[in-house]
Amino acid sequence: MELIIFYLTAAVAIVSAFFVVKSRNPVNSALNLVTTFICLAVLYVMLEAPFMAAIQIMVYAGAIMVLIIFVIMLLNLGIATKSRYTHALPIGGILSVLMLLVAGYFVRHGEATATGGEITSEVINSIGHTELIGRAMFVDFLLPFEIASILLLVAIIGAVVLSKRKV
Amino acid sequence: MVTVNHYLILSAILFAIGTFGVLTRKNAIVVFMCIEVMLNSVNLTFVALSRHVGNMDGQIFVFFVMTVAAAEAAVGLALMIAFFRNRESVDVDDFRMLKW
Repeated sequence: MELIIFYLTAAVAIVSAFFVVKSRNPVNSALNLVTTFICLAVLYVMLEAPFMAAIQIMVYAGAIMVLIIFVIMLLNLGIATKSRYTHALPIGGILSVLMLLVAGYFVRHGEATATGGEITSEVINSIGHTELIGRAMFVDFLLPFEIASILLLVAIIGAVVLSKRKV
Repeated sequence: MVTVNHYLILSAILFAIGTFGVLTRKNAIVVFMCIEVMLNSVNLTFVALSRHVGNMDGQIFVFFVMTVAAAEAAVGLALMIAFFRNRESVDVDDFRMLKW
């Protein structure tokens, strides 16, 4: 049962990711991208990470996609009438297939070391995933968290400065 | 039984599709969306391995990847609007003002 759901979700994710690359209309690409994000959220639920799934839906499918669709509508990009692809089409195909083969080789022959950590299914069910995330983030990773807030501040200022008409 | 290898292979496929899109599409906004696909496949790898290993650190990393993706979306789209104002186009073939 779990395997069937996994294969269904994975197939939908791969097909919609393919259509992100293939669509002529950027709005279609954006909607296919939303489908990919939702499939990944389903996979996060299957991996016993419900908080990550919620964040995935809210941040990616909510915030970032609204931003991208807003810009597509603002620039009023039509359907691509000329060719959609640059002249790097063959070399891009070769490189991506090569990347897939290398990754597949390492997945088949590699072994994850240091397995058997303390976060098991029982721990997640008894404490709760959100609380575990919160403990890790605000105890072990407090300094990177603060640095990330500075990064967001820099990005806000950069976006405002770049979209001003006269610098 | 779904093993960790299933998730890793799936994210490898998604990453390859994203790479193909980044290298070949002309429309800069579509290139942008393909970068998001690549980032998401890496996030899937992080969460799958974090569950496999039994450690929370991978999922914290996903947070930081999402933060960087949000910052990148804001700045990148602002750049694209600024470029569109000058050139009336967002094709990556037109991004050649530094070429001589």
